[in-house]
Order: sequence, then structure tokens, then C-alpha cells
Amino acid sequence: MNPKWRLWLAGGLAVAVIGAALYFPALRRQVYKAKSLTEQTAEQARRELLPPAPVNSGEPRVKAQMYWGSRANDGTLVPVTVELPLSSDPTLRAKEILNTLLAGPVDPEARTLPPDAALLAFYILPDGTGVADFSEALASSIPSGIQSEQLAVNSITRTLEANVPQVQRLRILIHGQEVDTLAGHLDLTQTFQVSMSNAGTPPAKSGVSVLTAPIQKAYEKMKRATKRQ
Amino acid sequence: MFLAGLLGLAFGFGLLIDGLGAQQQTAASSQSSAAVRTPSAAPASASQAPATTIPTPSPLREAPSVGLNIVVLDPAHGGTDLGARGTEGIRESEVVLQFATQVKRALEGQGFQVIQTRDGNENPSFDDRSARANAQRGAVFISLHIASTGLPGTVRTYVEPDTTVSRDPTGLIPWDQAQAPFVPLSHKLGDMVQAELAKRFKGSPDVAQVAPIRQLRTTAAPAIAVEISSVSVENRDDLDRMAPGVADAIAHGVAAFRPSYVVPVMPGTPLVTQP
Repeated sequence: MNPKWRLWLAGGLAVAVIGAALYFPALRRQVYKAKSLTEQTAEQARRELLPPAPVNSGEPRVKAQMYWGSRANDGTLVPVTVELPLSSDPTLRAKEILNTLLAGPVDPEARTLPPDAALLAFYILPDGTGVADFSEALASSIPSGIQSEQLAVNSITRTLEANVPQVQRLRILIHGQEVDTLAGHLDLTQTFQVSMSNAGTPPAKSGVSVLTAPIQKAYEKMKRATKRQ
Repeated sequence: MFLAGLLGLAFGFGLLIDGLGAQQQTAASSQSSAAVRTPSAAPASASQAPATTIPTPSPLREAPSVGLNIVVLDPAHGGTDLGARGTEGIRESEVVLQFATQVKRALEGQGFQVIQTRDGNENPSFDDRSARANAQRGAVFISLHIASTGLPGTVRTYVEPDTTVSRDPTGLIPWDQAQAPFVPLSHKLGDMVQAELAKRFKGSPDVAQVAPIRQLRTTAAPAIAVEISSVSVENRDDLDRMAPGVADAIAHGVAAFRPSYVVPVMPGTPLVTQP
């Protein structure tokens, strides 16, 4: 081969190598981006495919009480009465109620749950514990903060309390999983009381120490161990 | 063949360039994690937490008596966790750090020793933060937050709800229920701090609110979370102006709580907290 052509070929290949070296990282990032988009789309698709809880139009319309946020933005809930054809089956009824809560009030400012969140499943255990499985958006789209997260959970528990008396307690799952917190603050590892959701905790009685019992017990144990030595 | 080899070389070079960034990130995150390693007496990470219990009796051997003298101050979030974000670019993780500086100064003015769970832009785990308080004697824990919502210019104090603690035969308290025995004291501390906040910030509640907060659950000390409203203010200065009032209220509230929290440990003396 002509040395001149060889030089051109080598130069071309060197350009190709440098170009590829610069292009591959960008290509990789694009692949990751596309992957995350696909996951989001899958989440949206699932939400679209999930039919809203079947509403039996044959059921009589009843007045249901929904708890949405106060317009005063003061962290309180306000009961709003809406007429809905509700099933007599507690599980179906809970689904219908929660889907209405998720659909939100007329005033978007009074929302307690993100508009893109969806209820994926709801079932009631024999001991009266309701298990509500929400989509990822409940955790990712809710405004971060103790007040906003507590308001969201309280609106769910109080709405269930008002309309589905069979649900005594509530467990919240995100995408089928137990998670540590809702959005960094509220503890979702515990079960929420539904029937007492609006009952405040009484203040501590001064002078009574719950601290002392374990310490006293441990101290006695230590004293006994010291005597034996 | 020659061309394939060159392309393989280019691909490898590309991965190397890409990998360097990732390596730097990993190093940074492990460094921030190492910066918040807790004393060996307490669990240092969430992975260790389930098997760990809080050794309550160990302090008894060390000193004759302990009153409240330490405040563990926890500026929430940090690192990649920005917390609440406002439309004006306000980030909770940055604002709470600035609030913490003023709260620390006010508490030190009241004679308390202050330990912060983070001083910079790190994000210790919930358990690492709790461990800072659990390793102390005579300490209270205060977690600082900025809300996304709520009436701007108001402040709320939160405490854990009452829970029953399940103790094992050794008398040790499970790590994930560490707060349970301290809930009444936390309520008292929360009410005292909230009363001071209500005096300074109109529209704030008079008493502490109850909410199950993950950070407080594993803390074996009187523990509260203080949340300031909110990142939605139009001007960052509105939040900054609240800092001295919040700091002063917390310092006065904790000082008022001080006589309520005494852990006498002299052999033979009754183990009680004073009313």
C-alpha cells in the first residue's frame, strides 16, 4: 500500500478511536437515562392499566366523609361530604374511598396526597389491619416534611375511620415493600391506629419516670454480680 | 482485526473516563460516612441495628450522678439528601445547618455542651445520628427541620407517640424501640420548647405535636424534632430572620427542662427523675 494512503488510514483510525472514546461515556449515560425513563413509563402504564376499584352503580349513593387539608395551610384536616355509590364489601369500599381521596378535592390547594400517586392494592387482614399498597409516587412526589407527611397519613386513616369501620389499623406499603419512611420523616415501619387516629396523646405526667425501671433492674443485676465476685 | 482491536481500546478508554467520576463519588461518600462513625459503645450503622441493644446500665459505674448537660443537635438531611426544596432554590439541608450554628451558640450560652450530628454537607444515617445521643449520659436530642408546607413564620415541635417497650430478660431495650422509655420526658421537653416558640412565633401551636418520626424512634434520650415553616417563603431572608428567635426559644426551653431530667446513679439512691 502506498505510504501516503497508509498514513491517511492510520490518521482516520486514530480520529475514530478518539471519537469513540469521547462518545462511549455519553452513550452510556443515554442508556441509563432511557432505562430510568422506561421504569417510569412502566409505573405510569401500570397505573393506567389498574382499573379504579369497581363501582357498582347498583349500590345506593351514600354520603362519605373525606378528610382533605384545610385551605388555611395550617396542617389541619377538614371533613368534606361527598356522595358516592359505595360497595358494602369492606375491601372494595376501602378501595373506592381511597381512590376518591387520591383523586383529590375540587380545590387543589387542599390536596393531601400527590396527584400522580395510585392505590395499587388494598386488603384487610382478619385482625382488622388494613394494608394499603401505594405506587412509588406517594413517597417521591409528596412534599418533604413532618407536617406534610403526617397530614397525608392522617387524611388516609381518618377517611378510612369515617367510612370503613372494619379497618382498625393501617399498614402502608410503597410498591409492595415496607419502607423506612414516607419521604424522610414519618415512620412507615409501624402500624397506624385508624379507630383512634384523631386522638391526641396525653402529655406526660411529671415526676413519673419510665427511665428508672430498666436502669434500676440493671443496677440490681450489676450489684448482685459484684457481690458474687 | 486491527480495526476491532482499536475499537476495543477506545471502548475501554471510554469506560475508564466514565469510571473515574464514579470512583471519585464513591470515595467521597465513604469519606463522609467515615466522618460520622460513632463511638464503639453504640451501633454505628443501620445494618448493625437489629442485633444491637442499648446498654443502659454501663454509665452507672462511671460517675456518681448526671444531670442534663449535653444537647445533641441534629441538622436533618445533608449530602445528596437535600430535604425540602423551595421554588427560590432554598434547600432544607443548607438552612438547617445555619440554624444549628445559632441554636448551638444559644445553648452554649445556657451552659450546655453541644454535639452536632453533622457540621458539614454529610448525610449520616438515622442510626448514626441516634448513636451520637445514645452514647452520651444526661443528653437530650433535638432534630432541626424546615417544612415544605405550613404557615410561613410558624414553628412546630414534634414528639414520638406513646409506645410500649418490649424488654428482653437482660433488661436491655431493643435499638428500634430506644425512644419508648423516654417518651414522657420527650413530651415534657417538647411542650417546654414549644411554649417558648409560641411566644416568639405567632400562629405556632402552644404544645408539642405527636408524630411517629423515624429519627426519634431509635434515640435513647428525651428527643424532639423542631420544624420551621417553610421553604416556600418568597425570600430566603424571611427564614434567616427566624433563626435567632428559634435558637433563643430552644435554649430557654431546654434550660427550663433541665431540672426535670436528673439521673442519680449513686449506689443506694433511688433512681427517679424529679418533677
